[in-house]
Amino acid sequence: MNFLQPFEKIGELALDKLAFAGRMGIFLAMSIKNLFLPPYKLWPVINQINFIGSKSVFVIMFTGAFTGMVLALQGYYALRQFGSEGALGSAVGLSLIRELGPVLTALMVTGRAGSAICAEIGIMRNSEQLDALECMAIDPFKFLIVPKFIGALICLPLLTSFFDFMGVYGGYVIAVKLLGVNEGAYFQGMFKSVIWDDINMGIIKSFCFAVIIIWVCAGRGYFLHFEKEGFGAEGVSRVTTKAVVMSSVAILVWDYLITSMLI
Amino acid sequence: MSEKENIVIEMKGVNKSFGKQRVLIDANLSILAGKVTVIVGASGQGKSVALKHMLGLIKADSGEVLIYGNDIKKMNKAELYHARMNFGALFQGAALFDSITVFENVALPLRERTKLSEKQIREKVLEKIDMVELEGSEDKYPAQLSGGMRKRVGLARALVLDPQILFLDEPTTGLDVKMSKEIYRLIYSLHNKFNFTSVIVSHDVPKIFKLADYVALMANSTVQGLMTQEDFQLSPNPVVKDFIEEIMGKIYNSGV
Repeated sequence: MNFLQPFEKIGELALDKLAFAGRMGIFLAMSIKNLFLPPYKLWPVINQINFIGSKSVFVIMFTGAFTGMVLALQGYYALRQFGSEGALGSAVGLSLIRELGPVLTALMVTGRAGSAICAEIGIMRNSEQLDALECMAIDPFKFLIVPKFIGALICLPLLTSFFDFMGVYGGYVIAVKLLGVNEGAYFQGMFKSVIWDDINMGIIKSFCFAVIIIWVCAGRGYFLHFEKEGFGAEGVSRVTTKAVVMSSVAILVWDYLITSMLI
Repeated sequence: MSEKENIVIEMKGVNKSFGKQRVLIDANLSILAGKVTVIVGASGQGKSVALKHMLGLIKADSGEVLIYGNDIKKMNKAELYHARMNFGALFQGAALFDSITVFENVALPLRERTKLSEKQIREKVLEKIDMVELEGSEDKYPAQLSGGMRKRVGLARALVLDPQILFLDEPTTGLDVKMSKEIYRLIYSLHNKFNFTSVIVSHDVPKIFKLADYVALMANSTVQGLMTQEDFQLSPNPVVKDFIEEIMGKIYNSGV
């Protein structure tokens, strides 16, 4: 028996992780570099805005409405214990705009568009379509990745604002129409407590989450051939699952870090 | 012009490993201008890896791959893309973009790499689609085509920028005999018409010999010489001899 085998395995794993981190770092650097390099083509970006943004609007608004509704419901019963039902508007508004809007929007977009982006690029890698692009002297970063980054950077803040808007009105329906909170108190409390810095925080978060989603999901698909389990349809599905999990975890971790920086 | 001046691509002492597996060991190969060079060999011997080195898709661990005398490793991205403007490549599975039509697939290099007008692009794409005998299929999606048709679309796309060097990776794999013959006939006629340099990776021996000016055998992770197909079949090299005997039987070298 080779007594060094466990150490070899640990070393191999560490090198694997290091190589993965390096690849992902290079992927982000190449994407950012190509973001500023010509040619600038509008049509692929519009396509991505349609895919990431327009097609997510319904699900985002639906989720936003129900998140606002449940916040109002939970908040009402919690605040009633202290006789502070009047603060419900502030609680719903602040929670949505500072935290839940950007985070839940990003998680929904990861599930809906991020997974599709990872699978699309992974399949292109497996079927040599990315190699074909390279051979045609077409840069895959410029052709495929950059439009997705721009599309996500445009769409995430907009989708987040739709989420917030629907959340506020979902909360309004439950608080005012169902639970009988005073309409003026609900909105007045919200207008008083939500300041421009809160909205800014939500917007900054959504920009960051847009980068994370495309970076992780497109990156994992792009480097599918380096994955030990990346072969065939099953390989694409495994890597897509990993990308969604990694993107979601990264969103939550980054959310904490950025909140601690901005608060 | 000497043979040295005629070399468009040259692999010099190329070594490549994937993990612990050594795929290419001291591989040397020269591709001559205007000639059809066929790389043959059993599966898993590194034929496609050698081709990908020539395309610049894989970088050698050591050794040089020269394109028109320039080392591919020393080229920056712009230089590599400039060199690739002279390339056309047909991949094993055709590598068509499955969400766009045949027309859009063939038009893609023109749209991305040239400043041709929409009218000029249309004319050129239809010309290439006619050339591969797929008139009327422009609006179909790759999934609606047979394997042979997909290969032909791949060939049309590879030819649309009028390349000087055409790379074909297993152009007939997965096709029936009739369709294989069709593809060979097409490659032969296109080569005669445009006189480009071709590098074909194939294990379809001996049929592929009909197209070949030169044949190289990939075996034991290296290139076993580069010779005319007649010399190849009569080669005294024991590795080549074994390959010929295994594939075609003893009758082919009984006179040696």
